[in-house]
Amino acid sequence: MEIETLTLIQKNAYLIITIILCLCLYGYILSMYRSEARGERDYEKYSRLALDDSMNDEVIEKR
Amino acid sequence: MQKSIEYDYSIAKLFVFTTLLFGAIALLVGVVIAFQMAFPSLNYLASEYGTFGRLRPLHTNGVIYGFTLSGIWAGWYYFGQRVLKISYAEHPFLKFVGYAHFATYIVVMILAVITLLGGLTQSKEYAELIWPIDFLVVITWVLWGISLFGSMGVRREKTIYASLWYFIATFIGIATLYIFNNLSVPTYLISGVGSVWHSISLYSGTNDAMIQWWWGHNAVAFVFTTGIIGLIYYFLPKESGQPIFSYKLTLFSFWALMFVYIWAGGHHLIYSTTPDWVQTLGSVFSVILILPSWGTGINMLLTMRGQWHQLRESPIIKFMVLASTFYLFTTLEGPIQSIKSVNALAHFTDWIIGHVHDAALGWVGFMIIAGTYHMVPRIFKREIYSKKIIDAQFWVMTIGIILYFSSMWISGITQGMMWRDTDEYGVLSYQFIDTVLALIPYYIIRGIGGLMYLIGFVMFIYNILMTMTAGRLLEEEPKYATPMAS
Repeated sequence: MEIETLTLIQKNAYLIITIILCLCLYGYILSMYRSEARGERDYEKYSRLALDDSMNDEVIEKR
Repeated sequence: MQKSIEYDYSIAKLFVFTTLLFGAIALLVGVVIAFQMAFPSLNYLASEYGTFGRLRPLHTNGVIYGFTLSGIWAGWYYFGQRVLKISYAEHPFLKFVGYAHFATYIVVMILAVITLLGGLTQSKEYAELIWPIDFLVVITWVLWGISLFGSMGVRREKTIYASLWYFIATFIGIATLYIFNNLSVPTYLISGVGSVWHSISLYSGTNDAMIQWWWGHNAVAFVFTTGIIGLIYYFLPKESGQPIFSYKLTLFSFWALMFVYIWAGGHHLIYSTTPDWVQTLGSVFSVILILPSWGTGINMLLTMRGQWHQLRESPIIKFMVLASTFYLFTTLEGPIQSIKSVNALAHFTDWIIGHVHDAALGWVGFMIIAGTYHMVPRIFKREIYSKKIIDAQFWVMTIGIILYFSSMWISGITQGMMWRDTDEYGVLSYQFIDTVLALIPYYIIRGIGGLMYLIGFVMFIYNILMTMTAGRLLEEEPKYATPMAS
């Protein structure tokens, strides 16, 4: 394969993957806000993991 | 919960000691080489063992893999148990792995000091260690991985706290890139001639450069950045008693950082023989990197909303807030330097040195110091020996950093301007030696700034050692703010 063709494939593959990953990232934000708006999850409660971390503190979500 | 079980800090304690030890050594060597730049005759104080060429890799390896990794691992073995709600006291295998991890790490560090001082290097920046030591590095890393994922495997909490996600990123990022960058051919084993310690890279020319900077920048990304974010996401909320401003922003910043950071290393190769599109992407990804970095930085500062009075009351909070501020500052400065037109001026100049030290001294150093001040009273069940020393240390070190980066900014921009200055016929206005002479005052200021930071670090070591031995005994573990004697 010609080096120019190879470079072209590399460039385009990089661009397409970047766009797909961007969409995934924005989709992730959307899903976070939607699941919280619907009351399915409360992400903010996990902040307490650092604060209530004594052995005697209640587990926030058991496994 | 099981009230009889206590957290086991024995491994964290060992890493706290290495944080102090490697921090002191790496900073001392840094100060020596800073003054060698100002006074070149200092190169001849200890034969070839004291030359800049041998001491510089000792300084960088000491700061990145000695001081910083020790700080990160002290944090992991301290709060990893706490956020997962497990104790090594109930998991002897994990405790053994932790000790084995520490033991192999110490062996690697001793061999690193001996080989680097002996002039044995594979000449790749931040990956200087010779090929046999690379195998030991892999073992050390795998042991940490067993500790990390093994602890998560037996956790009581379902959710893995954000800090640990950042530690996973450190583990996976470094594991992947370290192996690829260190693939090499030991020349003696293949050809039967030369030194048994010598090897050549599996890649050549531009490919080698791209792999090297894919690694080189990610040593910054996955040790200095993700590892330290892991620390601050635990220590700042815990010390201030305030939950993170937004856990959603934390998650988004994490994935955005993972997505972008790994591709930013190409900015080290702008105006080199790498393909132009690789350079452009390195530059573009570096600019985009502002978003996740500032997401984290702002999240940290907003955690303190309504609580800014703590900045007056607690020098530990002061260290953490200034660390976050330096993070914001550095992650704006880096992208600006990676814009092609700015890079044309900045590349190879002291401005880059200034940039990396904003991060290493301000963000990394201050965060590890604050984390250690938080951990030690809980590990040793003693009050901090002196609040006044922490306060004094804070100001000595902060002024040191300001002297460091301001001198390197002026020096770097002066260098860049002098190198490209031409007369009306296109002839260079200055010879290289002219720039060297113009920079000497700034090199002296840099050395003084570094020395002030080292003095602050010695004050820190004294305060920590006195806390361990002479601090007032604590009856119960403090919930949030660390108690300290005036």
